[in-house]
Order: sequence, then C-alpha cells, then structure tokens
Amino acid sequence: MAKSKNRMKNEINASSMADIAFLLLIFFLVTTTIAEDKGILVKLPPWSEEPLVELKFKPRNVYSVLVNAENQLLVRGQQMKIAELRDNTKEFIANPTRREDLSESPTRAIISLKNDRGTNYGTYLEVYNELQGAYNELWEEEALRKYNVGYSKRTNVKKRAVRNALPLVISEAEPTSYGTEN
Amino acid sequence: MAKFGSKRDKGTPAISTASLPDIIFILLFFFMVITKMRDAELKVTIRTPEASELTKLEKKSLVNYLYIGRPIEKYQSLYGTRPRIQLGDKFATVGDIPLFLEKHKVSVPEAQHASITSSLRVDGKITMGIVQDVKTQLRKSGQLKVNYSARTKVQAAE
Repeated sequence: MAKSKNRMKNEINASSMADIAFLLLIFFLVTTTIAEDKGILVKLPPWSEEPLVELKFKPRNVYSVLVNAENQLLVRGQQMKIAELRDNTKEFIANPTRREDLSESPTRAIISLKNDRGTNYGTYLEVYNELQGAYNELWEEEALRKYNVGYSKRTNVKKRAVRNALPLVISEAEPTSYGTEN
Repeated sequence: MAKFGSKRDKGTPAISTASLPDIIFILLFFFMVITKMRDAELKVTIRTPEASELTKLEKKSLVNYLYIGRPIEKYQSLYGTRPRIQLGDKFATVGDIPLFLEKHKVSVPEAQHASITSSLRVDGKITMGIVQDVKTQLRKSGQLKVNYSARTKVQAAE
C-alpha cells in the first residue's frame, strides 16, 4: 500500500528532456547551412523570334566590352585589364570633363557586352561585376550629392529617382564561338 | 544533529537545472527555423566565382536552382568531364529546363509568379558556352529574373 502511494506521487522524471533536446539541437546545428545564397541579379531580355531591329547609336555613347576566349578584354577597341574596367566605365558614363569621345549623358550611355562561348565563366562574371560595380558607385555618389544620404539607405522611390538619372543598360550580344568549350 | 543542520543551511544550494530544457528548446527552435536542408545532392562540382556587388536572395520558395559544373568523380566514367546541367537531383539537358521551371511554378502562388528567380549556380572554371545555352533557354521560357550565384569577395590586402 505504502509503495503504491509513493508511486502515485512520483512525477515523470524530466531530467532526460535536456538530453533529448540536446540531441535534436546538435542534429540541426550540423545540418544547418545558413542561407548564403547571394549573387548578381540580372534581368535577361525577353526572347523574340523576329529578327532584331538594328538600332543606331552614336559611337560615342556605346561602351563596348568584348571578352575573348583567352579571357582578354577589349574595351572600345583597346586592351584593358579587369582591374581598370570599373574606373574607366565610371568615367565613360559620367563624363565629368565633357570629353567628346565619351557618353553625351548618363541616360544615353549604353554598355554593350559580348563574350565568346569559350570565355571562362569566372572571367565573365568578374567583368559583369565590375560593370555593375561602376553603376553602384555612381548611384551611391549621386544619392550622396542629391539627398546627402547613401544610396542603400534611401527609400525605394528615391532609389528609383537615382536609377532613372543613371540608368543601367547592359546589352548582351549573342556570343561568338571562336574558342574551344570545355 | 544540530551541527549537521546548521551546515546544510550555510552551504549553497545546487543550481536548479529545471529551466535547462527550456533554454535548449529555444536554441533548438532557432536552428530549426533557420535550417534549410540541402534539397539536392550535388552531382557536379561547383565553386562559384567571387564578386563584390552582391544581392541577397530573399524568398527561398521563389527561387529555383540550376547547377552547372563538371560531374564529380563518381559520375565521370558515365558522364565524362564536360560541364553538365543538374536540375533537382538529376543530370539534365537544356531541353529539360522548361519542364523544370513549370514544375517549380505550380508550387508558387500565381500572384508571385513574376518574382520567381532562377539562381544559376555555376562553377567558375567552365566556359560560357553551356551557360549561354541555358540563358537562351531561360529567355525562351520567359524566366527573365536570373541570379548569378557568387561568393563574397575577400578584399585583398593592399
């Protein structure tokens, strides 16, 4: 009798709960891959079956970047290193000294990017990154100048205003296929 | 007896561990929420290139992943070493992309179809040819929001 009474009073021993929780915790710790999916966001042009209409631009407004299968860069007819690309692009778009051979205004500037099928993907992305970076820096400067606050801290409306003043236009041509793919 | 009693009073009581499970559970829930189980076992080697101008992909459910890279050693006897596309957990060809996109699309509410992003996880050491084919196929399928997956560039010391 006494024994059974004792049992009735007993609570469920919860001290192993911590161990169970620990086990689960360790499982999730191990399987966790903290979401690190980042990248360069681009918007591809829509596909159309009709032949492309050839648009004429003044040569001074076009910033042509060619990347060949040897991963070399030809920018407006001249060889360039990727490290120089960003500053050169910025100068072309903003044209602070009003040079005759650079873009008339940022809204008219067009970047034309063309690569080869044999171009290294890493190089391609590096070039794209520099072009994007040039615009990011210009937007930042524009936002600072106009609103006295950095671009990333602006509201979406003002971000759009900045982007409209300096629209990002990267036109990608159909790649050549001179190089070997592997 | 009196001696024993007084000693017990002075001694510090053991710290109660009753709240320990709760603390662990909080941690557990935290990790459960942030965990994203890798849904596909990679059959291709992918080391994404480095870049600095990165955008974070916000909504996981609106993203579909296309992997492009060389098959890992286990599959090289079967598939060779040329870059291949992996969709879900299978090797695929460019022609399989529209169906893959459509399958993902039906799992997304219609109102959000416009914000579906394709994340291209591409190895940095392959050539543009296959990437170009995939891009063309994505354009033909009307999937225009594309994210070139990349790692954060470690700033070189100057």
